[in-house]
Amino acid sequence: MNAGKTLEVSCKKKIKGAEIVIRCLEKEGIKVIFAYPGGASMEFHQALCDSSIEVILPRHEQGGAFAAGGYARSTGNVGVCMATSGPGATNLISGIADAYMDSVPLVAITGQIPTKLIGKSAFQEVDVIGVTRPIVKHSYLVVDAKDLPRIIKEAFYIAQTGRPGPVVVDVPKDVQQQVVEMSDYPKKVKIRGYNPYPLASDEEIELIHKSIVECKKPCIYAGGGIISANASKELTEFARKYNMPVATTLMGIGAFPEDDPLSLKWLGMHGTVYANKAANECDLLLAFGVRFDDRVTGPVSTFAAHAKIVHVDIDRSEINKNKEANIGIVSDIKYVLRKLNEWSVKNDYNDWFESIKKWKKKFPLAYNKKSEKLLPQEAIEMIYRVSKGNAIIVPCVGQHQMWAAQYFTYTRPRQLLTSGGLGAMGFGFPTSIGAKVANPDKTVICISGDGSFQMNIQELGTVHAYEVDVKIVIMNNQHLGMVAQWEDRFYGSKRGNTVLADKRVLRPYPDFVTIAKGYLIPGKEVYKKSELEDAVREMLETPGSFLLDVHIEYQEHVLPMIPPGKSYKDTIIE
Amino acid sequence: MQHMISVLVENKFGVLARIAGLFCGRGYNIDSLTVSPTDDSGTSKMTIVTTGDAAVIEQIEKQLTKLIDVIKVSDLTGSKFIERELALIKVKTKTSSRAEIMQITEIFKGKIVNVYPDELTVEISGGGDKIDAFVSLMKHFGIIELARTGKVAIGRMSENTASC
Repeated sequence: MNAGKTLEVSCKKKIKGAEIVIRCLEKEGIKVIFAYPGGASMEFHQALCDSSIEVILPRHEQGGAFAAGGYARSTGNVGVCMATSGPGATNLISGIADAYMDSVPLVAITGQIPTKLIGKSAFQEVDVIGVTRPIVKHSYLVVDAKDLPRIIKEAFYIAQTGRPGPVVVDVPKDVQQQVVEMSDYPKKVKIRGYNPYPLASDEEIELIHKSIVECKKPCIYAGGGIISANASKELTEFARKYNMPVATTLMGIGAFPEDDPLSLKWLGMHGTVYANKAANECDLLLAFGVRFDDRVTGPVSTFAAHAKIVHVDIDRSEINKNKEANIGIVSDIKYVLRKLNEWSVKNDYNDWFESIKKWKKKFPLAYNKKSEKLLPQEAIEMIYRVSKGNAIIVPCVGQHQMWAAQYFTYTRPRQLLTSGGLGAMGFGFPTSIGAKVANPDKTVICISGDGSFQMNIQELGTVHAYEVDVKIVIMNNQHLGMVAQWEDRFYGSKRGNTVLADKRVLRPYPDFVTIAKGYLIPGKEVYKKSELEDAVREMLETPGSFLLDVHIEYQEHVLPMIPPGKSYKDTIIE
Repeated sequence: MQHMISVLVENKFGVLARIAGLFCGRGYNIDSLTVSPTDDSGTSKMTIVTTGDAAVIEQIEKQLTKLIDVIKVSDLTGSKFIERELALIKVKTKTSSRAEIMQITEIFKGKIVNVYPDELTVEISGGGDKIDAFVSLMKHFGIIELARTGKVAIGRMSENTASC
């Protein structure tokens, strides 16, 4: 009686490699991908026509890569982007590098020219595996469609486990067209050189505990690792239970609620004076899920020079990489915090908190509130107030990014999505698209600059086509503000190609509201302080996307500022 | 200080490029690098000789371990290990010098693998120092060409380099 068995075998029909990839994505639970077709990836798009997966067509592959990153940053789930070979793939590079620097789970699938043409400098051929090698967690060149289920499974597993990161899967066109029987999508992954979940030993936990018992001036320095590990709840419990101040990194913003009295907001070059003072003058620095980035530490030898340093990170290579730790522990941070929360040493640290209180009073984040001009800091505060502090904020890169990080009070993880490591201009707008697609019920506000916005302005088309309700605020100062600020501070205000204004026209250039109109997106310009509140309200209350062009002074500087290469003692306050 | 690092890797497309790229991208030196098959066709062994202070070597070891295709990294320096290198040396010879060269080769337990009237090719293997010593002796006669494999090494204790 073999009839049943025969039937089962013949039911497992043969399909194309491209279709296998799409079936695997479905099995992986992917609901949406950001994909731009081309000669070497159209097989995928044909297969996607018969899939439940929604395809969002960005207007530039870079927009697609950032949008996938935004999807991932705002949810913690893997974002997926896709492009064709050659130029399609090279356009993804900034998005992949950004995901690498900020540990964002991303899978980038690229079409490749047919295997028999590889190495022949064929049309639209680029060695994508070679080009992306230094900016990926891992990558695959697929040479047999039969390997696809295993490779796709591994790619998603690697991207989201341990320290997350981008994985590239490069699939030649003949492999996409290869017709094979699809094997079952693997349930488990086994990679012998990869242990993504190291856990601290009891002895190590004991060591941390002992340091806490001995300290008089503790400070928690919490980074993006807390957010990646979904450990904000545990961190908050830990800080409150042990009564310790918390300074986050830029990437760690939201890991601890900034409205908590223990919050010092964030530290680093443009962080608060009190966060930098606390981190540098403490006697115990609990560095959790951080990497002692140079924008945080300045010269590492002077950073937290008198503190005992406890460094916990899931990535072993981060321990002692930039700053030597007294106690270095390779572990999932959530596990460590849970273990620590089983006990508690509660001290009042009266003297220490007294100092912090003084610093907070003496050096608050401040700007000239009496100014008659419309200042960027005030605009950010207004957005915060009118949106009731609930929105997901996605800045691009530059001065406005720092102001957006300073003048909002973030209370939950994944509320601020920012390009911290790569610092990629053009990041914000497409990232906000990915964030909104992943969080349809939340307000998503992209805060951009007139420089940054023009780097991915074409995504206005995507926003309109897919009715992605993103609010866009342009902090328009007609300059590349951050570089201009450095020119003012360190180069005698000599403008080296940092002016975007056009002297031949009598208005700010370009006219963003008119551009938005061309894409059928409503917008408004604000010049005066008195118009600001109503305009922000109109933006938030108008259904669908909206562009608000806010004209601000270019003379404003982001402060405080620790000059590059200097320590916290050299902070510029005005 | 020079370190010898033994790396067990998946025998997959592009692994050498990942490792070489890591050294180049992070500014580490490679003094020599060998890649060879192991008893398991799924893995290869790389022996990398590199120079750096303790912090650099620590990072090299950690960064290598972080690569998905790397199974095990062992820094052999400081533990007991056996290292060998093979060299082929083509030396100018005259009737008057041939006997002396053959004698030295014998002392170094080398082999003459090719003979022409005016040149000899010697095969010699051993630790790096031994080869250096032999090469410097041959310089006196005139080296026409020299090819060295780079070092391979294995720990004396099984845990040092064993596959996991």
